[in-house]
Amino acid sequence: MPPCDLGEWVMSAIVLSMKSFGLQKLSEFRIKNLLMPLLGIMVFLFVWQVGAERIDTSLGKFPGPVAVYEQWQSLLSDHQREREKEVSFYQRQDERNADRLAKDPNYVVKIREYTGKPTFFDQIFTSLYTVLAGFGLATLIAIPLGILVGLNSMVYSALNPVIQIFKPVSPLAWLPLVTMVVSASYVSADPMFSKSFLTSMFTVTMCCMWPTLINTAVGVASIEQDLLNVSKVLRLNWFTHVMKIVIPSAMPMMFTGLRLSLGIAWMVLIAAEMLAQNPGLGKFVWDEFQNGSSDSLGRIMLAVLMIGFIGFLLDRVMLFAQRYFSWDKTQILR
Amino acid sequence: MTHLDISQVSIEFPTPKGTFKALDGVNLKIAKGEFVSLIGHSGCGKSTVLNIVAGLYDATEGGVLLDGKEVRGPGPERAVVFQNHSLLPWLTSYQNVELAVKQVFKGKKTKKEMHDWIMHNLELVHMIHAADKRPAEISGGMKQRVGIARALAMEPSVLLMDEPFGALDALTRAHLQDSLMEIQRDLNNTVIMITHDVDEAVLLSDRIVMMTNGPAATVGEILTVDLERPRDRLALADDPKYVDYRAQVLTFLYEKQRKIEPISKPAAGTKTLGQKLAANG
Repeated sequence: MPPCDLGEWVMSAIVLSMKSFGLQKLSEFRIKNLLMPLLGIMVFLFVWQVGAERIDTSLGKFPGPVAVYEQWQSLLSDHQREREKEVSFYQRQDERNADRLAKDPNYVVKIREYTGKPTFFDQIFTSLYTVLAGFGLATLIAIPLGILVGLNSMVYSALNPVIQIFKPVSPLAWLPLVTMVVSASYVSADPMFSKSFLTSMFTVTMCCMWPTLINTAVGVASIEQDLLNVSKVLRLNWFTHVMKIVIPSAMPMMFTGLRLSLGIAWMVLIAAEMLAQNPGLGKFVWDEFQNGSSDSLGRIMLAVLMIGFIGFLLDRVMLFAQRYFSWDKTQILR
Repeated sequence: MTHLDISQVSIEFPTPKGTFKALDGVNLKIAKGEFVSLIGHSGCGKSTVLNIVAGLYDATEGGVLLDGKEVRGPGPERAVVFQNHSLLPWLTSYQNVELAVKQVFKGKKTKKEMHDWIMHNLELVHMIHAADKRPAEISGGMKQRVGIARALAMEPSVLLMDEPFGALDALTRAHLQDSLMEIQRDLNNTVIMITHDVDEAVLLSDRIVMMTNGPAATVGEILTVDLERPRDRLALADDPKYVDYRAQVLTFLYEKQRKIEPISKPAAGTKTLGQKLAANG
């Protein structure tokens, strides 16, 4: 039978060429799940390399895979150098303090923090905890509110217009307002958090809470009537009803919302960090853009890939959490 | 003595085309320990009667008295076995029964007593072996058993069953009917069961309440089934009394309350459909 579509054609071509190399044993599963993704990445790298060579900018050629890899190595060695500096800084400080204590036992030891510039990897870490803080806050607001909205059609009708209006608002629109409010209300001599962190975090919260809120509400509102009747016959009180019937029943929809929210949170964060100057990946991209050296484009491209990769990892983590908390283990989640 | 008194119950539902009267003046008195079936064509309001007794619907007129007290809202003393088992899918069989037991016997039983009571009820329906399985892991008949165990565990004054075996295959259904008769013999519950199945009604009931077709459905006839218990379905198959009861229900359903209009009127002198079916056994 002749292969009728492209997928089958590629598959049979691969199987045939495998056979000619004496590799009959590679199962269809392996080909589909290992070989095909690898092939996809290779094709992408090739197109990228060829395309990049043809684009000239004022900062030189558009970075291809090789240029980006070089930047990766340079950023990695920057990071290692910075860590060594930090270690030696603390070592020197300790020695100096020990020295002074030996001379004068009454000397009060002062420990000074190392204030080197954050490396690419420090910035990744900053971005991660900023996004998780923003997403966590959004979850804390959206799930209880979503349950209330879903349980009561009156509350739903009241809140629906507000939700619909704020849902499509871009983070860039929120940011100036959030910045001003944070500057005005978070005044402290010894701040626990930097303002740029709070601004980015709240912007993320404002933008990413909506899918969780809406999906939780829909999940709660669509509980089977039979289960609600069970709850009524048992005369479960409100709290038990919510904990035993509503939340487990709405769990799959809640996780759908949470996954969408985390995706949005990560996207919004980069924009927020650029404008708020929170020392994360967004600021890295912005600083490189302002810097405008011959390395800049390669570094920005590396940041783009890193942002994508971390976004993917975050989604995977949510997927595993969803699988863990899901009561229906037969359901296919992807 | 009347245990449960359904008195002059009527109910109307608002629809875009005005109010729809589903039930009109339903009267029924049930004694303690009695097993009553409601039978009628689909859409005749059997489930509505059950839901009113359960307290899930409020009657527009009339009301339901349980031991002389008016029924207000749902409660565990009127436990319901739903048609689609309605077990919570995220809980095991044990936990499903536990939820009911904890709710009903909070402060009345110790932890140990509750555990024993849960196990006792699972034992009654022969489901000990699947106590730790979730609904998705057990068959339809087993789910319905757990549903019955959950209802029995509430120690209800009245057990309400809404087509409890309707979604099961014939063999499983027969098996569960036998189990239900056993449980009924031991516990002597008051039961109202809705059914479509004439054999099921005659086999299980003390009385069969036949309902007229809606709208404004009401009690048509009540048939007292005077058969010795324990009843054996095989022995009864040839029992003339059983055959006669069966024919009476069929006659009511297919002649007096025929749902679909006949294509041609049956010629005079031919046997009625009920008699034919009864003769065929």
